[in-house]
Amino acid sequence: MKSSLRESSLSPKDACFDEMVPSGRGFTHELSPGQILRIVDLEGNQAVDTLFYNPRDLDERYSATDTIRTQGNIYLTTGSRLLSSEGRTMLSIVADTCGRHDTIGGACSAESNQVRYALDKKYMHNCRDSFLLALARYGRGMSKRDLSSNINFFMNVPVTPAGALSFEDGVSGPGRYVELRAEMDTLVLISNCPQLNNPCNAYNPTPIRLLVWNGN
Amino acid sequence: MISPTSPTLLPEQLVLHRETLRGGQAWSRRLARGQVLRIVDLAGTACVSALFYNLREPIERYNMADTLKAQFTAFLTTGRVLYSDMGRVLCSLIGDTCGWHDTISGCGNAESSRAKFGEGPYQKLRNDFHRNARDNFTVELGKHGLGKRDVVANVNFFVRVAVDDVGNLAWHAGNSKPGAWVDLRFEMDTLAVLTNTPHPLDPAASYAPPPIDLILRKGEPPGPEDPCRRSRSENERGFALTEAYVRETQALAGGRP
Repeated sequence: MKSSLRESSLSPKDACFDEMVPSGRGFTHELSPGQILRIVDLEGNQAVDTLFYNPRDLDERYSATDTIRTQGNIYLTTGSRLLSSEGRTMLSIVADTCGRHDTIGGACSAESNQVRYALDKKYMHNCRDSFLLALARYGRGMSKRDLSSNINFFMNVPVTPAGALSFEDGVSGPGRYVELRAEMDTLVLISNCPQLNNPCNAYNPTPIRLLVWNGN
Repeated sequence: MISPTSPTLLPEQLVLHRETLRGGQAWSRRLARGQVLRIVDLAGTACVSALFYNLREPIERYNMADTLKAQFTAFLTTGRVLYSDMGRVLCSLIGDTCGWHDTISGCGNAESSRAKFGEGPYQKLRNDFHRNARDNFTVELGKHGLGKRDVVANVNFFVRVAVDDVGNLAWHAGNSKPGAWVDLRFEMDTLAVLTNTPHPLDPAASYAPPPIDLILRKGEPPGPEDPCRRSRSENERGFALTEAYVRETQALAGGRP
């Protein structure tokens, strides 16, 4: 798959939703079919951990493995279709000024931070805590059981032909964004990553901006 | 290479259970800490898709991302371990004559099977009907009170899907060989769920998943110099967290300490 940078013609003044989400915060929002969500990496190289669900049937959710196997590539960019566990297209990436988004790096948690960095890192804030709090506030009985392999927008986790995996400096930069068009009713769950142990964000988690436009 | 059925390798007094899975068949079993499950690719063309859960609290389960991140790898082989989403080691690969087990390419479903092989209905084929991995997982998990919410990114034993420099996936033919096996030592009491069904990227034109052998034997939990534990500092911490959980569980059960 060629890297396909594509800018959007949508103007923020026409958006029906426009909100900043600081690092360390979770977020949920429901999209209707045809609505377009833009995620803006305001300061560059932020990781935006994201999951999607069908709000009419919460058992149906974004499937990382079905998405990458079906498109034949592990990275997401313009043209990628995000598939559900039932094989349906939940969203399509319609614009992308970053060029590569991660599908396999997952989310940080207190426990994985202990494994990856040190046993005494358990106290540190992490994406799973943000996911769990956001799901509890969403109020439909979702739990850790509903957390599966997420997308990390703006994050660069290359896999080599020999099967090595690394966390590289991001390919994003200040103001870069990705736009997704909802192809069905979609619940968006985001954790704006608070990770302080990983050089991928220069140890400096930063805010993102989320905008939604109604479809034509 | 030692034969997978060599009596010197697997003394019969250690063997707890042997079973052959037909092509298309699913399997689940509760496995105790220390036990070792050998999965044998008899024909050299199997895809054994697998999921693993904490037996007592199945909301804790195999986590692809945490497994890969902790070990900076995209695949599994000897010395690597499978992490749960709670920073603990569910099982370890203590032996492997194949060399590469896939973690990223997921599994087939009814639609992918139908598109490739046709309907393959029970009405016509009886028990040779076309079963698929996702439905097999759903059925087998259902026996344990689990369901679709519990199907996460799975392991595919004996499968290699290569990733090139720009991220493209390609099926790697000949990854396994007849008689190849992998030994999984369980580090916690675990529910293992397997399905012996075709991988959707396997170019084989007909639906013909081959049989596999499963051999469960007695084993011991890892000592301080265990190669999986010592393979990297992340795994030393993962085993420490696992052993703390085992002690916690024993205390709750009224055992020592």
